[in-house]
Amino acid sequence: MLNFLTYLINGLSLGSIYAIIALGYTMVYGIAKMLNFAHGDVIMIGSYLIYTGMITWGMHPVPAILLAVVGCTILGITTEKIAYKPLRGAGSSLAVLITAIGVSYFLQNLSLLIFTANPKSFTSVVGWEGVSLFGGELKIQGVTIVTIIVSLLVLAVLQFFINRTKQGQAMIAVSEDKGAASLMGINVNRTISLTFAIGSGLAAIAGALLCSAYPNLTPYTGAMPGIKAFVAAVLGGIGSIPGAMIGGLLLGVIESLSKRYISTQLSDAIVFSILIIVLLIRPTGLLGKKIQEKV
Amino acid sequence: MAMLEIEELNVNYGMIRAIRGISFHVEKGEVVALIGANGAGKTTTLHTITGLIPAAGGRILFEGSDITKTPAHRIVSMGMAHVPEGRRVFANLTVLQNLKMGAFTRKDKAEIAGNLEMVFSRFPRLKERQNQLSGTLSGGEQQMLAMGRALMSSPRILLMDEPSMGLSPIFVNEIFDIIAKVKADGTTVLLVEQNAKKALSISDRAYVLETGMIALEGRSSELLENDRIRKAYLGE
Repeated sequence: MLNFLTYLINGLSLGSIYAIIALGYTMVYGIAKMLNFAHGDVIMIGSYLIYTGMITWGMHPVPAILLAVVGCTILGITTEKIAYKPLRGAGSSLAVLITAIGVSYFLQNLSLLIFTANPKSFTSVVGWEGVSLFGGELKIQGVTIVTIIVSLLVLAVLQFFINRTKQGQAMIAVSEDKGAASLMGINVNRTISLTFAIGSGLAAIAGALLCSAYPNLTPYTGAMPGIKAFVAAVLGGIGSIPGAMIGGLLLGVIESLSKRYISTQLSDAIVFSILIIVLLIRPTGLLGKKIQEKV
Repeated sequence: MAMLEIEELNVNYGMIRAIRGISFHVEKGEVVALIGANGAGKTTTLHTITGLIPAAGGRILFEGSDITKTPAHRIVSMGMAHVPEGRRVFANLTVLQNLKMGAFTRKDKAEIAGNLEMVFSRFPRLKERQNQLSGTLSGGEQQMLAMGRALMSSPRILLMDEPSMGLSPIFVNEIFDIIAKVKADGTTVLLVEQNAKKALSISDRAYVLETGMIALEGRSSELLENDRIRKAYLGE
């Protein structure tokens, strides 16, 4: 039983990281109608920034994370401006998709050049040891607890921002109808930039948590969590913020429990099989809305 | 000086020239109708005025300033609001949230509250349904919402695209009554309509658009008597 609890909590923690990454995917998809496959690599860049701040420059974890958030935000806005914006309205959404894959490889190779392929040993940004329950039978690491709390905070702040602020409402308007939104006086390009900024800033936070739990940092660190988070976003219903959260948590728990009870090697296969099954039954994901094609 | 002046406007739609050198003007306080068959270029003309699609040539002057290249999101704060064809309300926002979107560029809280009061008094139904998601409204209610949303920006000129499209006759009459009230309040209106009879009966002047060119223009009361109009657009 305690064993199950340990794996469940670890799964929730891993799922929280997926959820934070998935939020970035889902917001960008909802507003810019594109899948940003370079999103996972932004996590990796963020992690290297934190690593550089903490190890090379000897910074405290908090300013190092802030540095990474600012760095990734700028990276997100810049990529959108340089690589994606010129293709918007070019007719084919495939062009942007392929460009995003190109950006992904570019970021990976840029990191290879700067940081080499040698794995860096990441120092946890959470100094806290964690708690020990049931007379030491159940140990929960500090980073596990912090990860879950941070993801819930992120979700709460995002929900407030989207539903209660003028800019957030503008985002919903842009995600529904760019033309009508611009007739309201909403600057659509700036709203899309803001979305990329938020998604990339979240990616930096996800990077800090991911590398604190799994301290092996390479230029490919972001790739797999990026794909998993994409799966989480689709599972929850892409475009939906609560959907990304639920999808992420579900994915993390399934992955963790199947590692424990079924097979370590097969856990990823199980995760993707579940995606396929869910999509067969509910093509729009768990919380996804009916897709409306607008001309 | 006309409030809105269109000079030799050309617009391309893909490879096709949809608008071919049209010129027209709207004076302050007028209701001007732009009528014509499907595909004549009425909607394209409105979209070009508010910057949703670029002009290929010619000039658009609003209160004397050239807005030909002004991006769409700058237009509304200049005093021009556009009620697009098909309503295009934000389905996932409530009625109230949609109306607040209409006042997106307004900073003055008292002005926004006043406009909301005005919209609610003009459309009591919107007040009743203010917390309902606008995607759940009927077509007529959505049209009211789209008009109310545009009025939230205190426009000096209102561009309306097919406000009667797809509505039941009762709603059509209601919508045209509201247009008359908007005019009475001193707002200038440029109205695009397929319902030529209604449009001519409510407007001061009208232009008839045929395949991207202005075929006829004149006082609406005279156009209502015009044989060609009666045959082609009034079905008589």
